[in-house]
Amino acid sequence: MLHIHYTDYEALRAHGEETYPHECCGVLLGKSTSEGNHVHQIVRAGNTRTDSAHNRYNIAPQELVKIQRQARGLGLDIVGFYHSHPDHPAQWSPTDFAEAHWIGCSYVITAIGKGKAAITNSFLLTGTGEEDKKFEDQAVEIEVAEQISQQKGQA
Amino acid sequence: MNIHIPTPLRTYTGGAETVAVPGGTVAEVFTELTSQFPELKQQLFTTEGKLRSFVNVYLNDEDLRYLPSKEATTVATTDELTIIPSIAGGACSSREAVCCSCCPLL
Repeated sequence: MLHIHYTDYEALRAHGEETYPHECCGVLLGKSTSEGNHVHQIVRAGNTRTDSAHNRYNIAPQELVKIQRQARGLGLDIVGFYHSHPDHPAQWSPTDFAEAHWIGCSYVITAIGKGKAAITNSFLLTGTGEEDKKFEDQAVEIEVAEQISQQKGQA
Repeated sequence: MNIHIPTPLRTYTGGAETVAVPGGTVAEVFTELTSQFPELKQQLFTTEGKLRSFVNVYLNDEDLRYLPSKEATTVATTDELTIIPSIAGGACSSREAVCCSCCPLL
């Protein structure tokens, strides 16, 4: 399960609306436990795929290095990533799968329909390596102050 | 020198985020690293011994691929090596013959 606070959840969805019709992307910092990935902070990243930003994203490795360094300073880890699919469903694509290498991490995708955030889904990359990796649907638990609501596949 | 290990590869370093490894060059450091943690080898390198295309290696803030001496670059004990797999993707494009299962809904 992916555990994320409501404000972070809304922030990553808002990011997708801001960059529409281009894809947004960012990193989820937190902790991984036996109960899933817990997001403590989200970090916006730049999309370097300016050649095809409406349907591609890429985070510059140097930016990732800095974000990982930032996480280390906070005592956190990279536990996932997020990006948007402008006018496209919140399902992973063949490109998402081919480019996914962070096993154990959550890949959060938000569908942005005509500029408005719609469904947000999370997929956990499982396996032991490139040969047997796969995406599994991952439930999302959104924490709202002291009240916790569970949802799956619903904005 | 210290090597920073990304989250998915810590399974192979006993959970360690940072590993101290001796060596005079990047190549020597990698040899020592994969000697200490043999399972890392196939995660980082192809069967031909080349770094996998999605594995980025930074010596401090420099991309190893763009250093003139690449793996032969000399390192000091105070240097830091960061291993960072790439992150990319995106929605389907019309050029893709097979898209996600949801696409007929579009």
